[in-house]
Formats: sequence, C-alpha cells, structure tokens
Amino acid sequence: MTQIRRRSLLAGASGMLAVPALAQGVDFAGKTIEWVIPFAEGGGSDVWARFMAPYLAKNLPGRPTVIIRNAPGGGSITGTNDFYQRARNDGSTFIGTSGSTQFPFLLGDRRVRYDYANMPPVLVSPTGGVVYLPTRFGVANASELGKLRDQELVYGSQGATSLDLVPMLAFHLLGLKVRHVFGMRGRGEGRLALERGEATIDYQTSSAFLTQVRPLIEARTVVPLFSWGVLDEAGNVARDPTFPELPHFVEAYEMMHGRRPSGVEFNAYLAFFGSGFAAQKPAMLPRGTSPAIVAAYRQAFVQAVADPELQARKGEVLGEYRQAVGGNIQRLYEVATTIDADARSWVREYLTTNHNVRF
Amino acid sequence: MMDVILGALFELLTPERMMFMMLGVSVGLVIGVLPGLGGIAGLSLLLPFIYGMDPTSALAMLIGLVAVIPTSDTFSSILMGIPGSSASQATVLDGFPLAQKGEGARALSAAFFASMIGGFFGAIVLTASVLAARPIILLFGSAELFMLTLFGLSTVAALSGGNLAKGVASACLGLAFGMIGAAPATGEYRMDFDTLYLSDGVPLVIVGLGIFALPELFNLLRGGGAIAQHNPMGTGWIQGVKDVLKNPWLVLRCSGIGALIGAIPGIGGSVVDWIAYSHAMQTTKDTSQFGKGEIRGVIAPESANNATQGGALLPTLLFGIPGSGSMAIFLAGMILIGLQPGPAMADRNLDVTYTIIWSLAIANFVGTLLCIALAPGIAKLTTIRYALIAPFMIMVISFAAFQATRSVYDLMALFAVGILGLFLRRFGWSRPAFLIGFVLSLGAERYLYQAVQFSGWEFVTRPVALVILALTALSLWAGLRRSQSNVNTEGAADESRATSMLPQVAFTGLLLVFFGWVILEGLKNSYLAALMPVVVGSLGAAAVLLVLVFQARGATTAGTTNFDQEASATDNGPWPFVGWALGFLALTLLVGFFAALAMFFVAFLRVVARCGWVQTLLLTAAACGFLLILASSLNLIFPGGLLQEHYDLPWPLR
Repeated sequence: MTQIRRRSLLAGASGMLAVPALAQGVDFAGKTIEWVIPFAEGGGSDVWARFMAPYLAKNLPGRPTVIIRNAPGGGSITGTNDFYQRARNDGSTFIGTSGSTQFPFLLGDRRVRYDYANMPPVLVSPTGGVVYLPTRFGVANASELGKLRDQELVYGSQGATSLDLVPMLAFHLLGLKVRHVFGMRGRGEGRLALERGEATIDYQTSSAFLTQVRPLIEARTVVPLFSWGVLDEAGNVARDPTFPELPHFVEAYEMMHGRRPSGVEFNAYLAFFGSGFAAQKPAMLPRGTSPAIVAAYRQAFVQAVADPELQARKGEVLGEYRQAVGGNIQRLYEVATTIDADARSWVREYLTTNHNVRF
Repeated sequence: MMDVILGALFELLTPERMMFMMLGVSVGLVIGVLPGLGGIAGLSLLLPFIYGMDPTSALAMLIGLVAVIPTSDTFSSILMGIPGSSASQATVLDGFPLAQKGEGARALSAAFFASMIGGFFGAIVLTASVLAARPIILLFGSAELFMLTLFGLSTVAALSGGNLAKGVASACLGLAFGMIGAAPATGEYRMDFDTLYLSDGVPLVIVGLGIFALPELFNLLRGGGAIAQHNPMGTGWIQGVKDVLKNPWLVLRCSGIGALIGAIPGIGGSVVDWIAYSHAMQTTKDTSQFGKGEIRGVIAPESANNATQGGALLPTLLFGIPGSGSMAIFLAGMILIGLQPGPAMADRNLDVTYTIIWSLAIANFVGTLLCIALAPGIAKLTTIRYALIAPFMIMVISFAAFQATRSVYDLMALFAVGILGLFLRRFGWSRPAFLIGFVLSLGAERYLYQAVQFSGWEFVTRPVALVILALTALSLWAGLRRSQSNVNTEGAADESRATSMLPQVAFTGLLLVFFGWVILEGLKNSYLAALMPVVVGSLGAAAVLLVLVFQARGATTAGTTNFDQEASATDNGPWPFVGWALGFLALTLLVGFFAALAMFFVAFLRVVARCGWVQTLLLTAAACGFLLILASSLNLIFPGGLLQEHYDLPWPLR
C-alpha cells in the first residue's frame, strides 16, 4: 500500500520543474547515504569524496550520515556498471566518477554498461595541470615552443586510453614529436622519469605541480610551458585560476601556429580535455531519481561548497577551481560526458593506427 | 638538526597523541593477527576517522598501525602456518615447523626481537637519509629497476626446492599468472577471457592466500587434531632473543635489504621477505635445516619486513610516490589532514617527517612489547582442535580475499588459486618461486620495455645496473651452490618418493599444456605485448618438458623430480575439505556471502567438528558478530548471490 502511494507521489513530483523549493518534501533524517567511489581507498577520487562527504552530510535535509563505499576493479568500469544497473534511486546512494570512468564511455569501450546521459549530475569538480620540460631545451616559455619542432621528446605515459590521452592529443595538435613510453603507474612515476632525465616532457596536476615541480622551477631545472586551462560558463577554454600567469593550451597553440586550433582533431581534444580536466569528477544520482531528490542534492552541494569551513580547508583537495553546482552544472556535465560522433571515430582511428588499441 | 629531531619527539609525547598512537597500534595488532589482512585493510579502517584530527595525532595513529603489522602478522605465520600478511610469507617456511616441534616460543621471540631491531633500523635509515635520499632514489631508473627485478628472480635458484627445473617452471608459472590483464607496454588485455575481473590481473592478496593459506588449511584439517599436540610454546623465550643476538650481521644485512628495497619505488615490499630468506639460505653453511625449522629462516624475513616500512616512507614522503599499497592509503591520509608530501618534507616540513620517524620507532617498540605480552594467550589457539579453528580461518581468508575488488569473483579466484596451490604443494613445485615470479612479472616486463625505450639496449651498461647485475650473478651462484644440498621448501623429500608416477606425470603434462596456451595467447598480441608471454611460456615449457622426461622414466630414475606428498597417504587426501570450501562458494553464489557463511558454520561445526548444538550456535554467532563489526566499520556490502539478484534485502544480507 505504502509502496503504491510513494510511487504515485514520485510520478506526480517528476511532472514538476526541478527547483530548490521542490526539495522540501525530502528528508534523510536517521538515514545512511552511500557515496559509491568505483576506485580503491587512497586514490584521488577517494580523497575527493572523503573530503566532501562531511559537508554534504551537513547540508542534506535531515543531516544523514554520508559514508564512502569503494567498489574498485576493472579500471572503475566494474563499479560504475554495477551502480548503473542496480542502485536504488531513492536518494540513498549516488556515485562519483572520474576521467578514467568517462574515457571508456566516450571512446565506446564495449565493456561499458553505463550511460551518463541518464544520470542526473549534482556536482562537477574541475581540476587542472601544467605542462613543463627541462631547461636544457632552451625554451623559456610557450612563445618559444616552435624551437621544439624538430626535436624528439619523450613522455612517460600511463597508457594510450588513460587520462594521458589528453597530453597525447595536445602534443599531436601542437605538432610536437613526442614518443610515448607507456606503463607508468601514476603521474608521479612520469615526473620521476623526467627528473632522472629519461623523459623529457611531462605534466602534473595542480597540487602535485605546486609541491613537487615548483622547487624544480626555482632550481632552474625545468620551465613551465602552459596549463590545460579551465572552461568558463560559455564553454570556452580560459586560464587556470591557480596559474593565472601561464598561458593555457589554446593560447600556447596560437603562439606556436599563429591561429586558433579548429577541426575534428580539436573537437576530439576538447571532449577529452573537458572530461579529463575541466569537468573531471562528476557526482551523479542513479537514473530515474525523482526531481525532488535531485533538487535536494543540488541544493546541499550548493551550500556545502559555500561552507566557509570547506573554503578554508579545500587547498590540497579541490584547489582554486570553481565547483560546478546548482544551475551551473548541466553545461559542464555535458562537456565531461559527451563527444560528437566524428570526433569519436577520429580518436578511435588515431589510437588504433598509432598505438594498436583494439576497440 | 638535533633540535628539530628532539622537538618532534616532545611534540609527540603528549598523552592525547600517545593515546592515538596506541589506538593505531591496537588496531594494527588485531588486523595483523588476522590472516591475509594487512596494512591496506587496517588503514582503510582508520581513514574515515582522521578527518579533522590534529595532524600529529593522525600521523601517530596511522604510523602506529603501519609499524606494528609486520610484527603482529608473525603470529599466524608461525602458529598457524598461514601468512598473517604478504610481508610474512617467508616466515611460515621455518616458523611453522618450529611451532609444530614445540618451539613456538623461541620462534616467536626471535621473530619479535628481530622485527623490533628491523623497525629501529628502518627508523634510523629514515633519519639519516631523509636529507640525502632524493639523489639516491633518482639513481634508480627503469634500467636499474629491471635489474632489480632480475635480482629478485635470481632468488628462485635458492628457493626452487629439491629440483631446479621444477623451481624454474614454478617461477615461470608465476610469471605467466602475473601477466594476466593489461600489458604494460600496450594496454592489450592478455589471458583475461574477455572478463572485466581479470582485466586488472589477479590480486596479489588472493594469490598469496590461495597459494599458501588454503593448502595449509586443508592439510591441517586432515590431521584431525590440534596444530601443536603438546606444549605449543615451549620455554624458549630467552633462547629466541639469544638466537637473534647470535646472528647480528644477518639481522643488519636483512634490515638493510628491507630498507633499501622498500625505498626504491616500483619494486614494492611484497618480495622483501623472500629475498631476505634466500639471502639467509645463501649465507648459511649448513642449509639442511631450512624448511624444517631453521631459526635463521625466521630471523631474516622478520628483520627485513619491519625495516621495509621505514624505507618505503622515503619515496612516499619525498616524492609523493607510494612504495606499496598501504603507503598509497597513508598518502591519502596525509592529504586529508592537509599535508602534501614533496621536497618540503626534507625542508620546511622536516618536523613532520621526524614526527613520523619517532612514531615509527616508538610504535615498533610498543608493538613488540604488546606482542610478547599477548603471545601466551594467542598461542593457546594451537592447542584447540583444528576443526574448530578452520571455519574461522576460512571466514577470515575469504573476507580478506574479497577486500580486493569486493566481488564474488574474488572468492572464485581464491579457491581456484587454492586448488592450484594444493597441487603445487603436493607435487613439490616451489610455491615461493611461483609467488616471486607472480609479484615481479609485470615489473620485469614494464621496466625492460621502458629501459629499452628510454636508453636503448645500452641500458645494461649503466653503472648502477652493472652493480645490480653483478649482485644477481652472485646470488645465482650462491643459490645454485646450495640447491645441490637438497633444500626443500615443500616439506621432507624422503617421505615423498612415490612409486606410482601417474598423478605427477598427469599434473606435469597439464602444466605443459598451460605453457603452450600461454604462448598461443601471447602470440595474439602485438610484438611488445607478445614478447614476454612467449619467452616465459617457452622457458616454462622447456623446464616442464625436462621434468616430464625424468618423470616418465619411472619412479627411481626420476630422482629429485619424483615428489608426491600423497605417496603414502591412507586417507582421502584434502579433497573432502576442498569439497566443503567449494560448497561454501556455491552457497555464496546462491544466497550471498553472509547467509552462506552462517550456514557453512553450522554445517561444518555439526558434521566435521561434531559439536553440540549449543557450541555450534555460539561459535556461529560469535563469527557472524565479529564479521558484522568488521564489515560495518569498513562500510562493506558482502558479495551477493542469485538471491540478491532478485530481491533487495537489508544489510548484511544485501
């Protein structure tokens, strides 16, 4: 009986618009909410979720307990597949994924059983990174990138379909001759390879760049070239707020080639840059969740991000990036989770031809 | 400098911080005692609580846990013959025979004392080298790392058991298992049967438990009695300490090996205990007691595995690169309390680094004292009928196994590897060699490919690489010299000469088929991903063929290849108990892990252990309660079965 009443209530609710006022009827008092992270404990996504969880708990109606449930394996595909197929859509569980989960989806990996388009987003966290190389190449900044045209560079990569697909496409667009040496486990190993002189170009995400690479810049062993940048509200690439003095990738391209990048290759780059950096970590509710619950979550994340305590402590985890919440979310989410058909087939073709990737 | 070091100590010595450290030590103690659960599970348990804690307290708590695990995991290695965590696998080889001989006290006290010295050594290395370690760590590029994997593989010569060809084949088998999943050079998936589960490779914890713990468990059950028949501990407490003091150089060398291998990112601590063990074997004149209760075989791995923790902190703190699985979680903990590791840890944040080092030293000391205090109580477990302990062991082992990916596939993999381990044990194919191959497999492939990519084949001539190559040659020579003296890692050879060769020949034939399959599967890939499987498959096939030729010539001419522990068995072998385990697995697939476990407990205790209903229900309730506490603090859902596919049940049945 109650089952039927709740269903009809939900059906009624879904007819309305998703405005915050709608969240009024939702109450999680005494409940435990699971935030599913399809990675093992200790990874970047795990730290991100554990950092956010207490602020979310504070702002959800009824102040529920929010726990992190790690579901590792299969490069995050297993846990996300499972969530997509089985999660209850009553607001008691939601998922946070990462670029490593979005990439197989964008590339059309046949093991993927989830569809981002059906999961309502409630938070999107951007991140960024900076490309740098050793001083000995005599390149002082991005405007001298042209000097590298005939130089072979070596990049320590985590794999052709990993997050390092973004630098691969970026180097390709710039026309740099870069040899990708695969098998690195994490960007840290790539950086170590550069410090040892094995690799000759590298990028680090913002927080690692600040703590690990800045001392190398001060010692004049490496120079920063450009940041990946962020996406502004209109969806254009803009400078990274952490590194306002550095040009972003598109600016660097213009310095090197004298024109703005365009065409299918650039579209492909933009899709993966968005998914891997500018909108790297989205949090979503299961498909079919009622608009009231979605609204409650969105509202809670708006308040969580505005929390002065979170703002004071966000340094190491969230950085200076503007978290997409509330009304800003849809645009960035679409950037992270969609790719046009031409761009997709171009990337697949590119990976198959150059790196033996089989789809 | 001195004032920073002492300042960090006083910073730590407040009642509140010491309390948190004790909390970490206590959790570490319990987690370490439970077979299969180690630093990763322990730190995951504490991670939710450190948010908002005072950074020094949080560090003391996390380090307290990390430091004590390689000490407390010794209990189950020595008393049960089941590795307490991956750091104590080698300890089983001689520690367990000592316990069965009634010298458990001696083995434990030697292990604890050696652990403590190793832990202190690690802390001292960390203190001395934190300012200078950066250039040393940077010396180890992919060329040097590849040489180090070769060095690790060279220990197979000493650990190959009575027959070298069988040892090489076992190592190749391990190497092949290690190659399941994505190839490091190209990302192609190998031998994964197109499943998502195998695309990540078989988790190490599952291989460790399957290969060592399950076979031991099944065979202990056959005996019907307790592990130690009479006095499990003996009175050798002082003797154990004396044993350590008598071998000061062994302890120091093994601590050095542990700290060094821990400090080099990319090799990882999982083989440190084996390297130390084979080192002890190579440097002992009379090796006849190894595998039968040689105290040096306990001292070596135990001093190495505690020193590893100190070493592993170096790359974690200085480069933000975790040297092991548990260090990865420690790193996350640091970030959550607002500390980003990096060069500043040897500079601006030096005080934090010394807080960590002091925590490591103090926790090692306290942990050792606690272990000694608890030892007599824990040792009583070995006098209990094993049929009463076995279901608890199966519970903990399967619980530890499904920490890997939290799915029922973990359990299937566990029992599959367990059955393989059973055969390897029975027919004398060295399981240590298998494990070393497994652990070093992807590393060897990755670093060879990277070294050739980065510096071409000239990489072999790099100075540090040459030094490691020389060490490898030395280790090979020492190992081969010893292997003639017939050291057995899989039990006594004399009682295992079979007259009927058929079972052995059949198993050897199966291995041959397997290696053929590895080659075929390897050839499906592009050159870079095919090379290693083909080389390993061919080498393995050649070694197996050699064994097969000998075995086919009959029981007496087969010589050292003839090895069958069931040669003179009069019972049904371990198979009835394997049946119980598989029944448990089947039940899990039907009704989910938790319900299956409860039913398994009741059935096993009633039928095998022949308990009364009261005892059965009490023990089952205790097991379920324990499991629920552990699972709820880790926020776990147990693997579900057919029932859970169709019905949405409340936790823990979900």
